[in-house]
Amino acid sequence: MVSYIIRRFLAGLLTIWAATVITFVVIQLPPGDFVTSYIANLQSSGTVIRAEEAEALRQQYGLDRPMYVQYAKWMGLMLKGNFGMAMEYNRPVREVIGDRMAITVVVSLAAVAFIWVLALPIGVYSAVRQYSLGDYFFTFLSFAGIAIPNFMLALVLLYVSFKYFDVQNIGGLFSPGMALEPWGWPKVWDMIKHLPIPAVIIGMAGMAEVVRIMRANLLDELRKPYVVTARAKGLAETRVIAKYPVRAALNPFISTIGYIFPFLVSGSIIVSLVLSLPTVGPLLYKALIAQDLFLSGTILLLLAILTVIGTFISDLLLMWIDPRIRFGMEGSN
Amino acid sequence: MAEAIGTLTGAEQRQSPPPVETESSAAERISVATQWQLMWWRFRKHKMAMASAVVIILFYLVALFADFLAYSDPQHDDANLLLLAPQSIHWYDGDEFRPHVFGVTGKRDPKTFKKVYQPDPDKKLPLVLFAKGYEYTLFGLIKTERHLIGVEDAPPEESIFLLGTDGLGRDLFSRLMVATRLSMTIGLAGVALSLFLGILLGGLSGLYGGLVDNMIQRVIEIVRSVPTIPLWMALAAAVPTEWPIERVYFIIVLILGVIGWTTLARVVRGRFLSLRSEDFVTAAELAGAGQMRIIFRHMVPSFLSHIIAATTLALPAMIIAETSLSFLGLGLRPPAISWGVLLKDAQNVQAVAISPWLLLPAIPVIVAVLAFNFLGDGLRDAADPYG
Repeated sequence: MVSYIIRRFLAGLLTIWAATVITFVVIQLPPGDFVTSYIANLQSSGTVIRAEEAEALRQQYGLDRPMYVQYAKWMGLMLKGNFGMAMEYNRPVREVIGDRMAITVVVSLAAVAFIWVLALPIGVYSAVRQYSLGDYFFTFLSFAGIAIPNFMLALVLLYVSFKYFDVQNIGGLFSPGMALEPWGWPKVWDMIKHLPIPAVIIGMAGMAEVVRIMRANLLDELRKPYVVTARAKGLAETRVIAKYPVRAALNPFISTIGYIFPFLVSGSIIVSLVLSLPTVGPLLYKALIAQDLFLSGTILLLLAILTVIGTFISDLLLMWIDPRIRFGMEGSN
Repeated sequence: MAEAIGTLTGAEQRQSPPPVETESSAAERISVATQWQLMWWRFRKHKMAMASAVVIILFYLVALFADFLAYSDPQHDDANLLLLAPQSIHWYDGDEFRPHVFGVTGKRDPKTFKKVYQPDPDKKLPLVLFAKGYEYTLFGLIKTERHLIGVEDAPPEESIFLLGTDGLGRDLFSRLMVATRLSMTIGLAGVALSLFLGILLGGLSGLYGGLVDNMIQRVIEIVRSVPTIPLWMALAAAVPTEWPIERVYFIIVLILGVIGWTTLARVVRGRFLSLRSEDFVTAAELAGAGQMRIIFRHMVPSFLSHIIAATTLALPAMIIAETSLSFLGLGLRPPAISWGVLLKDAQNVQAVAISPWLLLPAIPVIVAVLAFNFLGDGLRDAADPYG
């Protein structure tokens, strides 16, 4: 059990390391080094940087040295929490990102909650009442959920609310006037009230997929002989289903959550742009368009770390729920 | 052997009533059918998958004949015809069957200064089949000016606008037709690339096992745990803006393929692992067949159907990815035309509220993705006809 946790933890660290390499490569991709574009950006906004200053920056990031030295320097700065300057804002990256990262987490978690709360009962219902009218309805709905890209759902929802309900903007996470307030209970409550719509939109495709998986799992379980035995012994139908097959079907379900999390974080980026949510999404978009490498690199890296943590947590959950893993009887994997 | 079966069923025919006879001949038909025949029979039963196959063929036909179906030059803009609402076709002129549309006259609203278009019932523009229009090359070979429908010899402003026009006065229907070409092929190209990577790496992983397998599995895990859309965005944003369309297209395919190969690699690896211990593989080994022969002659044919199904299921993700990227302005960029590029015009809610037809390009995206999902589902069920 401990070795399992350690193994997953090390795998997570490895992934984070790989993410730093990927991020570094992405940052290096555009032509020219980042000091050049940094200077160009500053000059376009009227600030002139002296040659010595530029040289100092080049030194700091080791731009005149080989690639691996540059990577090491960049990593060193990152580890110290120095993420560099966000050019467009002329402020440190850390300040610009601020609580947007936390809001990204909250929005993604809300989507996870939406998925869990709805996908579980719907999946169970669809499996137990296979080929019923309700099953067909949910099957259709889940195929639609998979087929409609979530930014499209957001667009249509915006359009409908604008056109028919005369709501100017269902986007955003805060009421007007609340966004600039300092954090406190009223603001948190305000955010909770605004959460459901983005959570539903971001979670839609994920939920559709999880419903399909849950249904298939449970159908497999329901065909097994032990269910017949339980029925033959006269156990009440709800108990027959809830006690064993659902528990067994829950397993693959939990591991699905692990890979759905990166997918949700991904989805939240585009949806945030359409719904103008104060997550890192719009920030990343702007940074990419402006080729602000420090900012976009940091956001990419933080998102990768976030998903690694999410996956790790789902691994722990899986361990908690599945005795085979807990007692080290895990297959070859 | 065949004769023996023949006489056996012949004997049965004499003794048993007719229903048993059809049953036994059906069983016989199944037992002598090839694997692909069995798959086809099973696939045929999946009604949604069959319908989806037809839909997808139609989509690719549209892609093939895009310029023929369009009736006005998709790049032609007209400042006098901005955001024109969709027109409807009037089929009869009096009692006579003469399809036509009304011409439009634009006026400026004296209060809001917005351009208002009114259909002009006096200006009837007759629709003609195989009308002459802008010049294009069909299949990249044949130069022609014929289009399925159109208004003969009309100046651009007297054309038809079945789905209205966009913010630059370009005809949406024609653009939608042409967009189908890029959107439907970019996914195909991306899938081809990820198929190549998936079979290569998944095959290596399943075949050699041990260290190679372990390393490839770690790489897959890493690629899967990186949030794809931000990474796509970052890679796409690194594409210089001044690049020509073809090169951007190629790069986008590369980005889609490089990130999308993991699912296919997993399917291939799983198949390799389960097949490696099958008796027919051992038999081939014992008969002295070389490794390459075993893989390509014995193993690949037996999981080819699974690969086809997995590939079909991978396509919709590619289409959605391209659409999302182009929608954000990070994928294909104008003058390239794809569904995502068209949807970019619908980014602004106010614009959509005034001209809702800008949302229309969403429909082919949804229909295509649904069709690919159903088709893939049907193929997956049919892929294992003995199960």
